[in-house]
Amino acid sequence: MKKIWLLLSLLGFFTLAPLAMLIADETPVPQGIVPAAVTAVVQVPVVPAAPKIDSGDTAWILTSSALVMLMTLPGLALFYGGLVRRKNVLSILMQCSVAIGVISVQWVLFGYSLAFHPGTGFWGGFQWMGLHGVGLEPYADYSATIPHQLFMIFQAMFAVITPALIIGAFAERMKFSAFVLFILLWATFVYDPIAHWVWGMGGWLRGMGTLDFAGGTVVHINAGIAAIVTALFIGRRKGYGQTVPPHNLPFTVIGAGLLWFGWFGFNSGSALAANGLAVSAFVVTNTAAAAAGVVWAFIEWFHNGKPTTLGFATGAVAGLVAITPASGFVDVMGALAIGAGVSVFCFIMVAMVKPKFGYDDSLDAFGVHGIGGIWGALATGLFATKAVNAAGADGLFYGNPMQFIIQLKAVAVTVVYSAVATLIIYKLVDVLVGVRIEEKDELKGLDLTEHREAGYTVLE
Amino acid sequence: MKLVIAIIQPHKLEDVKAELYKADINLITVSEVLGHGRQMGVTEVYRGVKETGNLLRKVRLEIGVNDTFLQPTIDAIIKGARSSEVGDGKIFVLDMKECIRISSGEKGPVAIG
Repeated sequence: MKKIWLLLSLLGFFTLAPLAMLIADETPVPQGIVPAAVTAVVQVPVVPAAPKIDSGDTAWILTSSALVMLMTLPGLALFYGGLVRRKNVLSILMQCSVAIGVISVQWVLFGYSLAFHPGTGFWGGFQWMGLHGVGLEPYADYSATIPHQLFMIFQAMFAVITPALIIGAFAERMKFSAFVLFILLWATFVYDPIAHWVWGMGGWLRGMGTLDFAGGTVVHINAGIAAIVTALFIGRRKGYGQTVPPHNLPFTVIGAGLLWFGWFGFNSGSALAANGLAVSAFVVTNTAAAAAGVVWAFIEWFHNGKPTTLGFATGAVAGLVAITPASGFVDVMGALAIGAGVSVFCFIMVAMVKPKFGYDDSLDAFGVHGIGGIWGALATGLFATKAVNAAGADGLFYGNPMQFIIQLKAVAVTVVYSAVATLIIYKLVDVLVGVRIEEKDELKGLDLTEHREAGYTVLE
Repeated sequence: MKLVIAIIQPHKLEDVKAELYKADINLITVSEVLGHGRQMGVTEVYRGVKETGNLLRKVRLEIGVNDTFLQPTIDAIIKGARSSEVGDGKIFVLDMKECIRISSGEKGPVAIG
């Protein structure tokens, strides 16, 4: 019965939302206003002249949007899918797929409006519901040279992957109905507000001068903190403590490769133009991922005697996470330091701290995205330089210690809000449908019990 | 000499192994098998079409033991694999004619341990 209730409420949600949009009052859309302080991320230097669509910029952001989509499915799906036991592989692929499904719909109906309509400092408001007023002309406050809808769909792919990242924390033991409800509420009440604070016109963290080029706070710290909260409250997997070996590491390596590939769209696309800044972001992204993969493998070599494929893949992803906020503000030496540093911090977290405390962050969503994201956001305050991006700021190592303090504040705010709001949503979902699957179903595996399918056959 | 064949739930393998090690039984062969007992398998659905009677995944253990180790082996398997529900599996005990260690050519009880 609870499932039916859930389905009905979801259906109602999606059908009533466009209706409410019609009622919502319209405010004139401010076009072509030059922002007072050019501090944050999602903007290119704005030309005062009437915004004009640039075909090169448009082509690159279209491509980038598709690249970021690829990160969730099949990139993250295979990366995570390979790490679970084979009785649960489909549940991971399904959760990643459904994240694209549910959040894409949520985003066009009201998510984009909540996150990006100028609104107040805390909330975007409902004026752009159903993409009302989000047309094919540029919206100069965000991107003066590409259609507004393109900016919207590029951002949609970020909104999709963020809740999908949290899957790593509760893999192999969450009810599917609870998952759907959780990501819908989480996207609406955690992701959308934080995206607004950091990136939205009038967002209060943006006004403070926080540097977050492609989503270190909004995407990675946010998802990483939600991950540790859900991992702690849902409890350990049945059988954790004995070994839970990955069932298909080739999947994981393919997934890591697709993530790396897609990340060029994620970071380089965040320049919102096909320009020099995009190239710089591309170069530092690749550099940080490479350095982090190599350093992780070397740490293992030294520490455990052998370098592992999973270690290199994990390190590369951690490097990509860490460079994300910094990718539009640091040079290549900064990227090397960020990449090398992240593997040290994440390795300590994943290989030493986690076993010591015994919490089951199953696929290290917190260990990699949370810790890597925090390091990346803070490192941006160390290594940022105006030589790379005049619209950015100098960091501590370039004579501006204040930037580090600003980054620290943004990290603290994100951590606290994400933790509290995630906990409330988790408890609400637990009351409504129950978060954790029954023990006997967990033992059989989620593929069979939640989806009535099997990922692999044994005979034929 | 006896050959013990046990069919158990896959997720009980780690527990059974732990119990066997405790009883000082370290030589086992494990394979993945399919089968079903009284519960008649599971139903899977592919594009709306139900497939009933699909076989369940099980794990099969084969352990060659000397007679003194037979009862401890059986006890260990039961201790590790029992949840008291349908589907816990079966243990079969067979007489074993001969056992030969390939590396040395030793035969009989001495070749088992």
